[in-house]
Amino acid sequence: MPTFVYMTRCDGCGHCVDICPSDIMHIDKTYRRAYNIEPSMCWECYSCVKACPQNAIDVRGYADFAPLGHSVRVIRDEEKGTIAWKIKYRNGTEKNFLSPITTKPWGRRSRSSPTFPAEQGNARQPAAVQRAESGSAWMTAVCAPFSQPVSS
Amino acid sequence: MAYETIVEDDIDILVVGSGLGGSGAAWEARFWGQNKKIVIAEKANIDRSGAVAQGLYAINCYMGTRWGENNPEDHVRYARIDLMGLVREDLLFDMARHVDSTVHQFEEWGLPIMKDPKTGRYLREGRWQIMIHGESYKPIVAEAAKKSADKVFNRICVTHLLMDDSRENRVAGAVGFNVRTGNYHVFKSKTVICGAGGASNIFKPRSVGEGSGRTWYAPWSSRVRLWAHDRSRREDDADGKPHRAGAFQGRLRPGRCLFPAPEDLYAKLPGRRV
Repeated sequence: MPTFVYMTRCDGCGHCVDICPSDIMHIDKTYRRAYNIEPSMCWECYSCVKACPQNAIDVRGYADFAPLGHSVRVIRDEEKGTIAWKIKYRNGTEKNFLSPITTKPWGRRSRSSPTFPAEQGNARQPAAVQRAESGSAWMTAVCAPFSQPVSS
Repeated sequence: MAYETIVEDDIDILVVGSGLGGSGAAWEARFWGQNKKIVIAEKANIDRSGAVAQGLYAINCYMGTRWGENNPEDHVRYARIDLMGLVREDLLFDMARHVDSTVHQFEEWGLPIMKDPKTGRYLREGRWQIMIHGESYKPIVAEAAKKSADKVFNRICVTHLLMDDSRENRVAGAVGFNVRTGNYHVFKSKTVICGAGGASNIFKPRSVGEGSGRTWYAPWSSRVRLWAHDRSRREDDADGKPHRAGAFQGRLRPGRCLFPAPEDLYAKLPGRRV
């Protein structure tokens, strides 16, 4: 089952519109609230749910294995680097899960410029061979069979 | 409403579709070609696009060669048996010998990988699988891709490749449109990496009553299966003989694609009906 928006919580900020992979979260022009324009195209990927600063988006589980009355709520905190899931069953059972989402601060996790300069070596050679020549002994050993043509 | 035509010229490497594969390709392209102009065209938002949009909780292929757990040739042997011999061993070997360094790269970028506190090795849930906290798998790799590319075009759905006028059978770029504005985009590029995979909305998902099939791997389950099913149908139409359904047994589901095959066709097909 697709996402739906609690109209009283939504403030029309458009984060969900921005992130939705299927481009189906839109802002209603009259009420300035987000809504799912095409529920049958929804993947339930939870991207909009996690992106919503107001926690205004919810997802119902599939009716065939998650009967009505349950809830799955999620809070993704980029500053703490955690994601918290709260699962409530129809019978009242509650489960909570907390997991890390990253080990590095956002914006600093990946190098903007690679350490390996591309201009070194012969640019005409396949990347793997280049890496083998400049890389570890293990790589060289592993790549060696490929200096011979592969018989089919 | 007037639509504009927007031309992006002088691209060295155009990446079409920036899911996990396209994002990785963009990073790798920058790694080997630091002075090249690299441009990404992505149908959705690069932060959450492709099959890994919602995250994954395992990496299903890691050799662990540095701890002597497996070697690439072990994986070739495993995959050959698993796929009944229908494999390209050279490609398998090539992927297997690079996959470890890719995983190490992900860890360096901040992907939390579960480890055995005593040995420091990655925790496994199978011979090849390792366990990760992968909710932000895609944003983590997307960040690397965004830093690597000169430009990222979000919400551009590429529809066709451009062919070179002067050289036969040579791709010279791609064209597409902005899914929001309808503007026409032309990318002229020396190289095109096509990473438009299975999540391209070719088939229509049904968001009701198929929970059991979609709890695992939402986009892939709903599309690749359909593709398999649809291909079987077309093969069937083409030669009029019953389809050799061996590899797709148990995956044939009536009524799950845009133009479902007639009911009686399923009765003829071997394999379990779901």
